[in-house]
Amino acid sequence: MMDTFAALAHGMAVAVQPMNLLYALIGVFLGTAVGVLPGIGPALTVALLLPVTYKLDPGGSLIMFAGIYYGGMYGGSTTAILINTPGESASMATALEGNKMAKAGRGGPALATSAIGSFVAGTVATIGLAFLAPWLVDFAVRFGPEDYFALMCVAFVTVSATFGDSPVRGLTSLFIGLTLGLVGIDKLTGQARLAFGVPELLDGVEVTTLAVGLFAVGEALYVASRRHHTEEKLEPVRGSLWMTREDWKRSWKPWLRGTMFGFPIGALPAGGAEIPTFLSYSTEKRLTKHPEEFGKGAIEGVAGPEAANNASAAGTLVPLLTLGLPTSATAAMMLAGFQQYGLNPGPLLFAERPDLVWGLIASLFIANMMLLVLNLPLVGLWVRLLAIPQPWLYAGILVFATMGTIAAKPSVVELSMLAGFGVLGFLMRRFDFPIAPVVVGLILGPIAESQLRRALAISLGDPMALLQSPISATLLGVALIALLAPFVLKGLGRFKANED
Amino acid sequence: MTSGDPIQPPRRVDRAGLVIAALLAVLAVVLVWDARGLQSAAMYGMGPEAMPVVVASGLALLAIGNFIDALRGNLPPRESTDPVPVFLILVGLALLIAIIGLGGGFILATSALFVTTSAAFGRRAILIDALIAVVMSTLIYLAFDRLLTLSLPAGPLERLL
Repeated sequence: MMDTFAALAHGMAVAVQPMNLLYALIGVFLGTAVGVLPGIGPALTVALLLPVTYKLDPGGSLIMFAGIYYGGMYGGSTTAILINTPGESASMATALEGNKMAKAGRGGPALATSAIGSFVAGTVATIGLAFLAPWLVDFAVRFGPEDYFALMCVAFVTVSATFGDSPVRGLTSLFIGLTLGLVGIDKLTGQARLAFGVPELLDGVEVTTLAVGLFAVGEALYVASRRHHTEEKLEPVRGSLWMTREDWKRSWKPWLRGTMFGFPIGALPAGGAEIPTFLSYSTEKRLTKHPEEFGKGAIEGVAGPEAANNASAAGTLVPLLTLGLPTSATAAMMLAGFQQYGLNPGPLLFAERPDLVWGLIASLFIANMMLLVLNLPLVGLWVRLLAIPQPWLYAGILVFATMGTIAAKPSVVELSMLAGFGVLGFLMRRFDFPIAPVVVGLILGPIAESQLRRALAISLGDPMALLQSPISATLLGVALIALLAPFVLKGLGRFKANED
Repeated sequence: MTSGDPIQPPRRVDRAGLVIAALLAVLAVVLVWDARGLQSAAMYGMGPEAMPVVVASGLALLAIGNFIDALRGNLPPRESTDPVPVFLILVGLALLIAIIGLGGGFILATSALFVTTSAAFGRRAILIDALIAVVMSTLIYLAFDRLLTLSLPAGPLERLL
C-alpha cells in the first residue's frame, strides 16, 4: 500500500516536469481534435497520431499517449452527442440519450455531464489502476510461459467470440489477424514464413499499417460507398453550457455507478467497453425517477454510460500494463506505441522502468484534469471542427493516414499493404465482421506462439505441461467455456424459439 | 436511416458468404503449403511449421462455419452500396503509391489522394480542391520534415522549398 503511494508520488514528480506537462497538453489537445472528427474512434486517433511521437523519448511519448487516449475518448462522445455518429460502439449508449438532449436544446448540459462524468470516472478508475496494478504484477511474476499462453487464449476468445453478434464471424476476424501475425521471419529458427520472397515482408506486418488501413482507409471507403444513405445533422449547442442543480443531482449517482460497471469489466482480460456502457444505460433506465424522459433525452442516460466508457478505458490499462495483454483496439494501439521503443509492458517493465510506468499512470490523472479544464471552454472550437464538409474531412483523414506510413516506411510494398488492408476493412464492415480481433490477433499471435514454444521446450515437448500448472489449467478452462458458451446459448435460444 | 433500402430477404443462400468461405479455405491451403517448406529445427516441442498448421486448421473450420451461415442465409442484412466512390478512392491510393514509387514526392502524392477522395465524396470543384490539397500537404511537409525532423520522401516540389 505505502509502496503504491511512493511509486505514484515518484510518477507525479516525473509527470509534472514542465516538458512532460507540455507533452500531456499537446496530447490532450490533438487527441480531442482528432477524436471529435466524425467516424474517428479513440483507436484510430491513437493510430493516426503515432507518427507525431516517433521522435520523442519514450517517457515523453507515453505521456503524450495518455493525453491522446483520454482526449480521443472525450472527442468521441462530443461527436456522439452533437451528430449522433458514435465513432465506436462504446459511445452508442451516449449517442442514444445525448443526441436527443442536443435536439431538445440541452446539448450544453449533455456535454458537461459527459465531461465531468468522464473526469470522475477516469480519476476513480486511475486510482483503481494504481492500486490494482502492483498487486497483479506480484501475481504475474510467478507466471510461467504456459500460463501466459493460456492467458492469451482467454483474451483471444473473449475479444472475438464472447461479445460479438456472431462467434463465427468474430473468430474469423481473429484468425485473419493470427495469419497476418505469422508473416515474417520466425524468431527461433530464422526461417521466413508467408513472405513469398518479398523482402519487405520479412519484418512482418506493421501493427500501425494494419490498424490505420483497417480503421481509417476502411472507414473512408465504407462511408463513401454508402454516402447516399446517411444524413448527418450537426446539432448546434444552444442555451447554457452549465448544468443546473437538478442536473447535478441527477448525474452524480449515475457517474459513480457507471464507474463501478466500467472499471472491473474493463480490467478483466475480456475487455470491451460495450458491455459496461449498456449495463449502465439499462441500470439508469431502471433506477431513474424520470422514466418518461428516457428515449427523449434523459441526463442519467448520458452520465452513466459516459462514466462507464471512461472507467473501462482506464480498466483496459490494467491487463495492458501488468500483463502486456491488449483487450481492445485502443489498448492494442497503445501496445504498438510501447513496442516502437522496444518496450514490452508486463511485470518486468514495472521492475525495470518504474519511472516510465508510474509517470504514465500519473499523467493519466493530469490528462484527465486538463480535459476538464480545456474542453468545456473550447467546445466552440470542437463544434467548428465537426462542421468540416465531409469531402474535405475524409480526404484529410486519408492524407494523414497515409502520411504515417510514408513517414515510417516510404515503400511501394508498405503503401500497397495499407491500401490492401483498407479494402479488407471495407469488406469487413460491409459484411459485419468485427475489426478489433484482427489487430489483437496480429499483436498477440506471435507472443502466444513464442510462449507456447518456450513452454513446450521446457517440458521437453510434453503438451501435458499446459495442464499441470494450475493457473494455466484454470485459464484454459475459462477460455474453453467462453468459446463454447455462445454456441450453447444460441442453441438453447433456437430450441426455445422452436417451442414457442 | 435504412428506410427504402432494398434489404435482402433472409433465409436465402448468400453468394457473397460463399465467396468468403471459399477465400478462407484458400487461405488455409496457402498456410499449409507455405509451412511445408519449413524445416523443423526444434529438438523438443514445436517447430516453426506447427503454428501455421494450427491457424490453418482454425481457418478451415471457420470456412465451414461461414459456409453453413451462407447456406442458411444467416448473414446480417446489407445495404446497397455505390461502387463509384470506392473505385475513385482506390484510384487515389494507386496514384499515391505510383507517385511515391516514381519519386514524385510527398506533396504531389498526397494531393492526388486528397483530390480523388474529395471527388469521391461528391465535390466537383477539382481545381479549388487541388489548390487546397497542395497548400495543406506543403504545410504538413514543412511541419513534419522541418519541425519534427521526420523524413518524408522529396520530389521536385519539395526541393523547391
